[in-house]
Amino acid sequence: MNAPDASLILPGAALRAAARHAQASAVDAPPLIALHDVGMRFGAVQALQGVTLQVRAGESVALIGGNGCGKSTLLRVVHGLVAPTDGQLQAPPRAAQAMLFQRPWMLRTTVARNIAIGLWLRGARWTDASARAMQALERVQLAPLAGRGARGLSGGQQQRLALARAWAQRPRLLLLDEPTASLDPHAKHEVETLMHEFTHAPAAAGQPPLTMLFASHNLGQVKRLARRVVYLEQGRVLADLPVDDFFDRERLRAVSPQADLFLKGELL
Amino acid sequence: MATTVNTFADSARTALRLVSSFDPALWTIVARSLAVSATACAIAYGIGLAAGAWLGVARFRGRGLVLTLLNTLLALPSVVVGLLVYLLLSRSGPLGFLGWMFTFQAMVVAQVVLVVPVVTALTRQTVEDADVQHGEQLASLGAGRFTRGLLLAWDERYALLTVLMAAFGRAVSEVGAVMIVGGNIDGFTRVMTTAIALETSKGDLPLALGLGIVLLAVVLLLNALMAVVRGWRERVDGITTAATRGLVAT
Repeated sequence: MNAPDASLILPGAALRAAARHAQASAVDAPPLIALHDVGMRFGAVQALQGVTLQVRAGESVALIGGNGCGKSTLLRVVHGLVAPTDGQLQAPPRAAQAMLFQRPWMLRTTVARNIAIGLWLRGARWTDASARAMQALERVQLAPLAGRGARGLSGGQQQRLALARAWAQRPRLLLLDEPTASLDPHAKHEVETLMHEFTHAPAAAGQPPLTMLFASHNLGQVKRLARRVVYLEQGRVLADLPVDDFFDRERLRAVSPQADLFLKGELL
Repeated sequence: MATTVNTFADSARTALRLVSSFDPALWTIVARSLAVSATACAIAYGIGLAAGAWLGVARFRGRGLVLTLLNTLLALPSVVVGLLVYLLLSRSGPLGFLGWMFTFQAMVVAQVVLVVPVVTALTRQTVEDADVQHGEQLASLGAGRFTRGLLLAWDERYALLTVLMAAFGRAVSEVGAVMIVGGNIDGFTRVMTTAIALETSKGDLPLALGLGIVLLAVVLLLNALMAVVRGWRERVDGITTAATRGLVAT
């Protein structure tokens, strides 16, 4: 493993401060995602029930909870990969969203083409797609590997490539399903730094700020990247608090003893 | 017993001489056989690949029935295919106006019918397995259903190359269909398998054995090619999917 690139490293405190500063403007923004009493059933399994949630443009919201609590299902519902069986959902069209999966899958071709094909699928001309792919690779510092086979990259590099592929699509909404869960600490840090950079970079003129909804088991990452934390258990939202309130055990206990128990277990 | 062994040994010696001396009668039959099967496989591969890619990602009422029929067609006896194509191409048949009966084209049609289910079924299975694992990520990138199927088929191209080889093996080694619709006409529609059947019945074992040796060599070459493709793929990707292993094993 190579030494971490200095330009990708931001101290945790700086990340937290930047997150709060950059997202202060999101408070008054209109909701980009609105779920009202959303339910999702897979056969006999009720994956989501009565989920009501709003995410404003420019916000960074973390979904946390135990395995099988409905985090991934919620992301898939918002992304339009599955239709909810109950309730109402308002979200940007899938073309305005990008989603990162825990184990990103790359087509059996070069690093650059993996991004270009994604853009081509969204209607870009191949020459434009190729040029934008290179820009995206430079953004995540993978440009030197543009001609390499994507499947030969390490897990961390593949996740950075997936982030570049998402970023190249210029989404308004970025959904991430435990994007660093299977990575080593160094790769985790690189990916987290990129997540931060993408969501806190100033929006281009006339472009809305990027909104991020991510599922994570990593409480440190949640603290560093999220403005709000939504706790799910058995498909229900049991707590939806600003990040500082969520990590204030007394406040959390007052809102949801179950969420507090979860937090206690995770912090032990 | 000794006479039988001597006959076999003599025939084998003569057969090897025919093969090594590039006997025109033998090699003309070999060339025609390879041409028929290669043409049939190229056509069947195009049809089967598109159909298999679509079936791998499509969800519709009656899909289970279609898949059962498709799997049944995998075991379709070649003589039955020959009979069906004969009925289609005979003068009184719906395609009789083409005048293809007992021609190169008739043999190609028969082998296409024989091989399309093989390519479709194996492509469908490969694409469906890939779709279960990665379909959501492609859909997330913006791929529609059929585009997803084609992209997954392209992504599994090495696995599907072995499907092509398996299909060619099936086509080149069948005898029933080409015998019925080709007629085994000397210098015109005689191919390796029909020639082997005929020469054996006439007692001309050296030519039959010579053709058998070439046929075996072709099948051996195909298996060697599959192994090379698999090795190359492992070097390129560092992985081999379970699907490819399964296909190579067949």
